[in-house]
Amino acid sequence: MENVQQHDKKLHDSAHAQDALGKNLLEVKDLQVSFFTPAGEVKAVGGISYNLKYGEVMGIVGESGSGKSVEAYSIIGLLQSPGKVIGGSITFEGEDVLAKSKEEMIAFRGSKVAMIFQNPMTCLNPVYTIGNQLIEALKAHDKEVSKEEAAKRAMEMLELVGINNVEKRMKQYPHELSGGMRQRVMIAMGLICHPQLLIADEPTTALDVTIQAQILELMKQIQKKTHMGIIFITHNLGVVAEICDKVSVMYAGKMVEQGPVDDIFYQPSHPYTEGLLRSMPRVDAESYERLIPIEGTPVDMLNPPEGCPFAPRCEKAMKICLQKMPPYVEVGEGHRSACWLRVQEQLNKKKEAGGHE
Amino acid sequence: MAKYTLKRVLMALLTLFVVACITFFLMHAIPGNPWLSEKTPSEAVINALNEKYGLNEPLIVQLGKYLGNLLRGDLGNSIKMQKNRPVLDIILEMFPVSAQVGVVAILWAVLVGVPLGCLAAYRRGTWVDSLLRVICTIGISMPGFVVATMLLHLLCGTGKPFPALFVSGSLASYVLPCAALGFYPMCYLSRQTRTAMLDAINQEYIKTARAKGLKNKKIIFKHALRNALIPVITYLGPQIAFTLCGGFVVETVFSIPGLGRYFIQSIQNRDYPLIMGTTLFLAAFIIVMNLLVDLAYKLVDPRINLTKGEN
Repeated sequence: MENVQQHDKKLHDSAHAQDALGKNLLEVKDLQVSFFTPAGEVKAVGGISYNLKYGEVMGIVGESGSGKSVEAYSIIGLLQSPGKVIGGSITFEGEDVLAKSKEEMIAFRGSKVAMIFQNPMTCLNPVYTIGNQLIEALKAHDKEVSKEEAAKRAMEMLELVGINNVEKRMKQYPHELSGGMRQRVMIAMGLICHPQLLIADEPTTALDVTIQAQILELMKQIQKKTHMGIIFITHNLGVVAEICDKVSVMYAGKMVEQGPVDDIFYQPSHPYTEGLLRSMPRVDAESYERLIPIEGTPVDMLNPPEGCPFAPRCEKAMKICLQKMPPYVEVGEGHRSACWLRVQEQLNKKKEAGGHE
Repeated sequence: MAKYTLKRVLMALLTLFVVACITFFLMHAIPGNPWLSEKTPSEAVINALNEKYGLNEPLIVQLGKYLGNLLRGDLGNSIKMQKNRPVLDIILEMFPVSAQVGVVAILWAVLVGVPLGCLAAYRRGTWVDSLLRVICTIGISMPGFVVATMLLHLLCGTGKPFPALFVSGSLASYVLPCAALGFYPMCYLSRQTRTAMLDAINQEYIKTARAKGLKNKKIIFKHALRNALIPVITYLGPQIAFTLCGGFVVETVFSIPGLGRYFIQSIQNRDYPLIMGTTLFLAAFIIVMNLLVDLAYKLVDPRINLTKGEN
């Protein structure tokens, strides 16, 4: 009985989250993460800031090594040595995440924030049954739940993520399920404690395209049902368009552009974002149109260039780009970009405005 | 599964047959004969003895007779060390003595070695890891007679905690032999476990386990250890057989009347039936242990399919 009440309370909590829509669930301010390698300090994340509201889905886009996963790992406290948060703050529901003790982080992980990973083939422990791993996730945060109740909840979650024949699945081992099915299990496992935030680290990258679409559809549905916030890490802009409310574009550990998903797609205001969009196939393109790759190679994070990290590859680079990191410029509502071109435009606008007076 | 078991039993019998043949020819290839001692008997006596024990017949005939007896469960009689006593009797008397020491030795090796390996993996790169590395390297590289002799020298005798002479049933007599016999497997297991654990800890499902908010203890002992057990079990199977059949060196140093000592002495004395008996006993034991290991794999890792490749 008590367990049923608790279950209801959790549901109520998510309803409560609905009331909180519009408030900030997660605030990241000037987060800096470095890896202290024998070759020197690698600034994997060099001062990024963003807010995530309750029930909002944010995409983090960037190429490999741009620091998007590292950033997410620091939220959930999974940074592996020699990685270390060296500056900034992470606030979750008003609580300072970085100030939490080890024990508090263990209680925090899985219950408030869940994470799902790229490769469902290797993310489930091969020697335990699906049921065992699901129940364990629940029991880690709910000590009083009985075995039967936990099993019941696990089966409910499996049904929620669209797995049939759940009683049989509970007794199966990961290698007996397909990749798409395993990713569904991972999602079910992430959601079993009703977290407010789900971090999805390239959850569809390792799946084939039809399964990708299914998993995305599933995540969208679940997001609607539970109203949790989602941080969606990907390098696939198509996925972003599909599921996200807003997007942060990362390059070399910096957030170069951030804004609502439509703005990013239709009014990109950073040359890197433009480049990303040009290198992506489009349905509405002429049949003979070529994809244009971004020239050059990613930055060597051990010796990042001065100024804007994208400048060496940027076709619009100016002298100042190589000397100083541009400040953020608001280019629309909730849409900001770190590019000297935008700074220049803004100055011109001000001048014009001044000239009219 | 029944087919698999049958196949394994047939393979085991074939292996035993091959072991028997090889041992038989090898032991007859050693120069000398059972009748030599300080006083060499006369030619006539030797001939008479050879005739009595059937050693004058061609080797192949002797082997045939031995295998025939073996099929009937008859391991023959000792011809030198305990003259005319059935070999099976001798083995059944000696084995429990060795096994008592062996079981304790293996137990402490596993119960200490495996957790130490986990600890070293979990704290890799720290002083704990380094200290364990030094201890284990010493344990693996130091010959058994050195360990046993050192323990005997330091801790046994009058005025010291342990008796120098082995007394069956006296608890104090068992401590040092068990310690000496288990030291090498303990160190080896610890290193094996460390390597396997490091491999397991870096797997993605450990990241998942951490993301779920599991406690470290659970991550290490539930998620990582079970995946790391395969190489440990592989080593443990034959090692249990060897240890239970007695460490020759340890039994000699501590003067334990066990099977291990007998194993070597029977060769020194050219007690042919006894050599065959002890060797076959050890071989059979190892075969059984390997079979158990294969079955244990299946328990530890559900992905392992023992009957794969068969119809």
